[in-house]
Amino acid sequence: MIEIKNVNKVFYQGDKVINALSDINLNIAQGSIFGVIGSSGAGKSTLIRCVNLLERPTSGEVFVDGVDLTKLSEQQLTQTRRKIGMIFQHFNLLSSRTVFNNIALPLELAGESKSKIKTKVEGLLKLVGLVDKRDVYPANLSGGQKQRVAIARALASDPKVLLCDEATSALDPATTISILELLRKINKELNLTILLITHEMAVVKGICQEVAIIGDGKLVENGSVGDIFAHPKTELAREFIRSTLDLSIPGDYKERLQTERVENSYPLIRLEFTGASVDAPVISHVAREFNIDISILSSNMDYVGGVKFGLMLAEFIGSEACADKAIQYLKEQKIELEVLGYVI
Amino acid sequence: MSFNAITMWWAENTRLIELLVDSLWETLVMVFTSGFIGFAVGIPLGVLLHLSKKNGLLENMVLNKVLGVVVNIGRSIPFIILLVALIPVTRFIVGSSIGTAAAIVPLTIGAIPFIARLVEGALLEVPSGLVEAAQAMGAKPIQIINKVLLPEALPGIINAVTITLVTLVGYSAMAGTVGGGGLGDVGIRYGYQRFDATVMMITIVILVILVQMIQSLGDYLVKRVDHR
Repeated sequence: MIEIKNVNKVFYQGDKVINALSDINLNIAQGSIFGVIGSSGAGKSTLIRCVNLLERPTSGEVFVDGVDLTKLSEQQLTQTRRKIGMIFQHFNLLSSRTVFNNIALPLELAGESKSKIKTKVEGLLKLVGLVDKRDVYPANLSGGQKQRVAIARALASDPKVLLCDEATSALDPATTISILELLRKINKELNLTILLITHEMAVVKGICQEVAIIGDGKLVENGSVGDIFAHPKTELAREFIRSTLDLSIPGDYKERLQTERVENSYPLIRLEFTGASVDAPVISHVAREFNIDISILSSNMDYVGGVKFGLMLAEFIGSEACADKAIQYLKEQKIELEVLGYVI
Repeated sequence: MSFNAITMWWAENTRLIELLVDSLWETLVMVFTSGFIGFAVGIPLGVLLHLSKKNGLLENMVLNKVLGVVVNIGRSIPFIILLVALIPVTRFIVGSSIGTAAAIVPLTIGAIPFIARLVEGALLEVPSGLVEAAQAMGAKPIQIINKVLLPEALPGIINAVTITLVTLVGYSAMAGTVGGGGLGDVGIRYGYQRFDATVMMITIVILVILVQMIQSLGDYLVKRVDHR
């Protein structure tokens, strides 16, 4: 549905040349939800704006539904954009129009009749669950409600593609979930292809089937969400996965942490379970087999796309020899493991 | 002062009252005619200034620079000098260089760059994301202007209209220089030059009330259209 071919984007800032996008290639299937994740400044916003040519690529081609947008005239592009919906981080609703009239705007632009606009907008209000907010101005809506209006507006011209530019980044976690649910619903009901960019791994995990990771203007990894979570090939991918888990050592533990093993101290270990790890109840097994006690400090396990993965911080309490044997055994089970230090 | 005293003063000063009514009318004609024509030209000019800016919707740096310079020249000439300097133009347009109609020409020309800059400022306050969203929706440039930029900037534009009208009330006081009449002229000739403090006070009070009414009406309209 969306095909991005050898896209480059160069910005000039005085004498400085900034390669915002270098040689990006992406293929997004009809009806799928595709996520692009990257930290701020990675070029993901530029990438999504290249899909509807709000930003014209310096070189390369962008196909949407088989049409190469970069070859269209200004007028043809305007027409084609009506079939590409877009929502934004800051909603971009017109403050001078009510909810109804905001959703009606794309239809007005296309010159639809009043009666057609009315039926269409009322259907969309029902779809996004804002029938009672019909005549309210955006200033009186919550962030989540504003994004729902924006989604309804984007859907008004029956697009084939929906672009989401950090659509949940200004929302709280609970609202994010409800917006993602709405996106999933319209993806299913309308068979709409959704391309979303975000810096939150949780969004990708929650809704996407496929994901691309972008860093420094380059596409570093790209595949099904389960695959990326199970076998991250690059350090960047691994970092993003860790960011969803975020296990840090509590302050008082940090103070007691020694770099060398001394009398009466025990190793503090970070265990990382990935798709490659043996799927077995290893923790209790190790405790039994090697006669050590395992005290779990914190742990964050998740299940995405058929793969169990996660991070765990634990103290291995027992003799040095036993602990070493346990570590050895866990490594054989393909669990990535790092001794962070020794706790007194 | 009792009611009787007022009626007596009224009866004794019918000529003065006629003069005040006439000059109030002249002031209103000058302010609103030049304001109206000024907006008709100044608002599109302000829109053009905004659109032709770098990274604007219809970026055209040459046009922007030229318009900018012209507007700045118009803004920097003191009105009293403009009034005199434009006499040949005025004579060409209205056929005479004296009278109320003649004063309207320099007032209008003085107001246009003023309005253009104010409108440009009002448009600048429309978040660029809205224009971007409209572009993504497939809006043509003219649709973006009519359906996004102008409606979103409307509170600012109404504010600009108010400020302009109040300024024109002030400028119109100088219209007496070319025989334009108006309240300001009465204040200067009768109040200042003939040391008639009563006339001076009366013209000032009427002007204050006029300005107050324009400002209150403007504020009311801004409040009505502003949903931000």
